[in-house]
Amino acid sequence: MKARVHVTLKRAVLDPQGQAIGRALSGLGFDGVENVRQGKVIEIDLAETDRGKAQERVRAMCDRLLANPVIEDYTVELIG
Amino acid sequence: MKTAVVLFPGSNREGDVEDALELVTGRRPQTVWHRDSDLPEADLIVVPGGFSYGDYLRAGAMAAQSPIMREVKAAADRGVPVLGICNGFQILTECGLLPGALLRNAHLKFVCRFVHLRVETSDSVFTRGYNAGDVIRVPVAHHDGNYVADVETLARLRGEGLIAFRYCAPDGDEVGDFNPNGSAGSIAGILNERRNVLGLMPHPEDAVDPRLGNTDGRRMFEGLAAALG
Repeated sequence: MKARVHVTLKRAVLDPQGQAIGRALSGLGFDGVENVRQGKVIEIDLAETDRGKAQERVRAMCDRLLANPVIEDYTVELIG
Repeated sequence: MKTAVVLFPGSNREGDVEDALELVTGRRPQTVWHRDSDLPEADLIVVPGGFSYGDYLRAGAMAAQSPIMREVKAAADRGVPVLGICNGFQILTECGLLPGALLRNAHLKFVCRFVHLRVETSDSVFTRGYNAGDVIRVPVAHHDGNYVADVETLARLRGEGLIAFRYCAPDGDEVGDFNPNGSAGSIAGILNERRNVLGLMPHPEDAVDPRLGNTDGRRMFEGLAAALG
């Protein structure tokens, strides 16, 4: 099973990289870009076949290492 | 004073802090490799600056999980002073020894220059060589120095006098324009509750030799040596 983790800065945390990307998009003529948030995607191949257990395990990974709870939120998506 | 400096792959300021410590103590610190699981007996542990693990994932995130940091945490819990400089500060927040986090600089640029700091408290082994209100000039060199914490944490840091240094104007005024990275409350360095852990973004170890500009950072190491013998 594959897990895809999305990590983004919390809404309350200013995202200067996202803002810079937004300005660059506007500069390229893409109208109507209202807000950009940048994050990261981490894909993990798991031996686990039970979805519930996989979900629990990946959330533990996020809490321990993959995301910093002070500044980041995460979502876990299981594939396959 | 016996000192230990923790070394990770990607650390690059360990030599500077070792020189600064040797200058005031007359003894070369012991270097401890990140895979080691034993810390030598030391009166002070330093987590130096650099780019441990290439800043992969988040600055300091990988180093915070290394075997030696478990030992550093245990030593800090026993009351051993721990000093984290620049990347060391990031590592100490990532491993939970200090609250908050360090984000990408608000203007997104790497900042490398001298800044002025106002000493906010002299009540710690790290800052006892200064008087509260002193203004010192030391360099910064970082990309992720934008300190953030939630409102409650910031209030607690202020209320308990745990803010050690703030960026300021040359005359000591707190002016936003002199904040090099956008950090909350112009915070440059903080103490833990027990006041035996200090993390700061600027590099006092690079302001200890008159040939390199000034010696304002030297008083931190002299204060430590005086306190720790």
